[in-house]
Amino acid sequence: MGIELKCFATLARFMPENHEDYPVEPGETIRSLVQRLGMPLDDVTLMFVNSVRSDLDTEISDGDRVGLFPPVGGG
Amino acid sequence: MPRILRINCRTKEYAFEEVGPYVNLGGRALTSRIINKEVPANCHPLSAENKLVIATGLLGGSTAANSGRVSVGTKSPLTGGIKESNSGGLFAHKMPKMDLLAIVLEDKPAQEAPFSTLFITDEKVEFRNADDIVGMDNYPAHDKLLAEYGDKLVAAMIGPAGETLRKTATIQFTDPYKRPARSAGRGGTGAVLGSKKIKAIVLDPAVNNKVAAVEADTFKAARTTWVNILKEHPVTSQGLPGFGTAVLVNVINEAGALPTKNFRYGQCDHAADISGEKMAETIEARKGKTTEGCHVGCVIQCSQQYNDKNGDYLTSGFEYETIWAFGANAMIKDLDDIATMDRICDDKGMDTIEIGNTVAVAMDGGIIPWGDGKAAIELLKKVGTDDPMGMIIGNGVVAAGDAFGVDRLPVVKSQSMPAYDPRAVKGVGVTYATTAMGADHTAGYGVTANVLGVGGTVDGHKKEGNVELSKNLQVATAAIDSMGFCLFVAFAVLDSENGVQTMADLVQSYTGNAFSVDDLVALGANAMKDEQDFNERAGFSKVDDRLPRFMEIEPLPPHDVTWDFDENEVQGAKA
Repeated sequence: MGIELKCFATLARFMPENHEDYPVEPGETIRSLVQRLGMPLDDVTLMFVNSVRSDLDTEISDGDRVGLFPPVGGG
Repeated sequence: MPRILRINCRTKEYAFEEVGPYVNLGGRALTSRIINKEVPANCHPLSAENKLVIATGLLGGSTAANSGRVSVGTKSPLTGGIKESNSGGLFAHKMPKMDLLAIVLEDKPAQEAPFSTLFITDEKVEFRNADDIVGMDNYPAHDKLLAEYGDKLVAAMIGPAGETLRKTATIQFTDPYKRPARSAGRGGTGAVLGSKKIKAIVLDPAVNNKVAAVEADTFKAARTTWVNILKEHPVTSQGLPGFGTAVLVNVINEAGALPTKNFRYGQCDHAADISGEKMAETIEARKGKTTEGCHVGCVIQCSQQYNDKNGDYLTSGFEYETIWAFGANAMIKDLDDIATMDRICDDKGMDTIEIGNTVAVAMDGGIIPWGDGKAAIELLKKVGTDDPMGMIIGNGVVAAGDAFGVDRLPVVKSQSMPAYDPRAVKGVGVTYATTAMGADHTAGYGVTANVLGVGGTVDGHKKEGNVELSKNLQVATAAIDSMGFCLFVAFAVLDSENGVQTMADLVQSYTGNAFSVDDLVALGANAMKDEQDFNERAGFSKVDDRLPRFMEIEPLPPHDVTWDFDENEVQGAKA
């Protein structure tokens, strides 16, 4: 079992087909995941792992829910 | 010289006055000062003693980007406290072209008196017979006004909710696309206008005096800097125009703070179905418009035109708050049903946040099933009729809770909460608790630092830093509302070294009066002081700065956080 990966807004085009069960390597971080997905690092500014605000160096492992966003606001 | 127009709605007398003691005020700072000075704090909001003030901001009429917001001030029928409700539309930039800084409606005629349309020129005010539009929804009534006054119409009006004095009633303003789609939404301002027997206010299309900056060259330079600040920030240049404010559905859901099923959960299983991404996709497929401005001079363009399945226009200004209220909090999955309810709210003239929460309370009370969009649409259609159910729904969450026997009421000072559960976004929770407006996210949007990573980072699950965050944002917001800026400029300003200075430069060069960054901060803080002073005299104290008890004892999934501030701890967020 892999991670549940979601890429939102302008990052949606990078979402892989197997995003609901996306395999990750031991020691995977958001940074390495983003690079593997081909996203420009600067475009990813908001990231959540299991609904907790995270950063590029946050480690992820099987079973995690990962959400990636570009800069967004609203209200 | 800008003037204040006072209109007595009973005697039909009026006067154009010098600004006198209200010099150097605009927007919210002006409405809140007038209400605090001139309205007895203990009066009934629908009595003759209450006043309704419509004011343009300090930059009203200018060409500074995103400076065309209008402020409506009054004593709120919903909260019993002071209210400033802010809207886009064409009113704010039109008023200075008629030499008007504020319009103050006073007194009221007998209850059985007929409704009037106020026609305001630069030298006189006419009370015109409104029989042909009374009882009508806002869109068809606005079409009649367009036919009568032409396509340069600039109007403010109430729908059936306002005519029947409901506490959710809005004032709707003409937008740049000739629709009454912009709302002064919160607090029941439309009921105050209804109590004064005014159905619509029309500003004479023929009057269009030239308005120019006093220091033209300085203003032009500041204006260029200002546009660059807004254009260079990714939130104001990409996120908001691309997906509208509803881009937040997925973000706040991922953060575990999207209030779901009347504030029971922080995540909603069908968030993707009601997201900004889904909305944009639907709009594009139906050939609507994903980007448009709510007022002339907007460079952010976060609004849109949402078409129905046949490709016909359904609604505009389809906001995150609206989509959340019906979609997650009332558990409705069909975006078209939600868009239909947004349109009904604009037509009846009702606050979508208050009504969405009210629908959830009706579902909690077993009046209609959870998630039943069609049943909710039928409920909303009853507002403005003599159906008692419509009277209850139109009066908002507390009235519905009383009527339906529901004790789970997400309100502060009787105004229901917007789309951020304060247990998981404590920065905005402190604002809900302490602002004089009742639960109001726009009064100090702590979501910025708590969730969005704009203007620094403060943990939204913990207490630390959130009182200070809320206070700073509340002061800044009051200033932004007073200058007439759209609040969304804050996303760029918070991350910009020269943002605040540029706003001050714009005001100084436009008005010709000295206006420093310190003056800007004082403008915001003094507006808050006026509001707090009014509320204290109206009977509010710090025990009213509490969130509902259920938020203290029920942990919010998935983070299982509670509201753990007491009222003493949050007092530091006040001015």
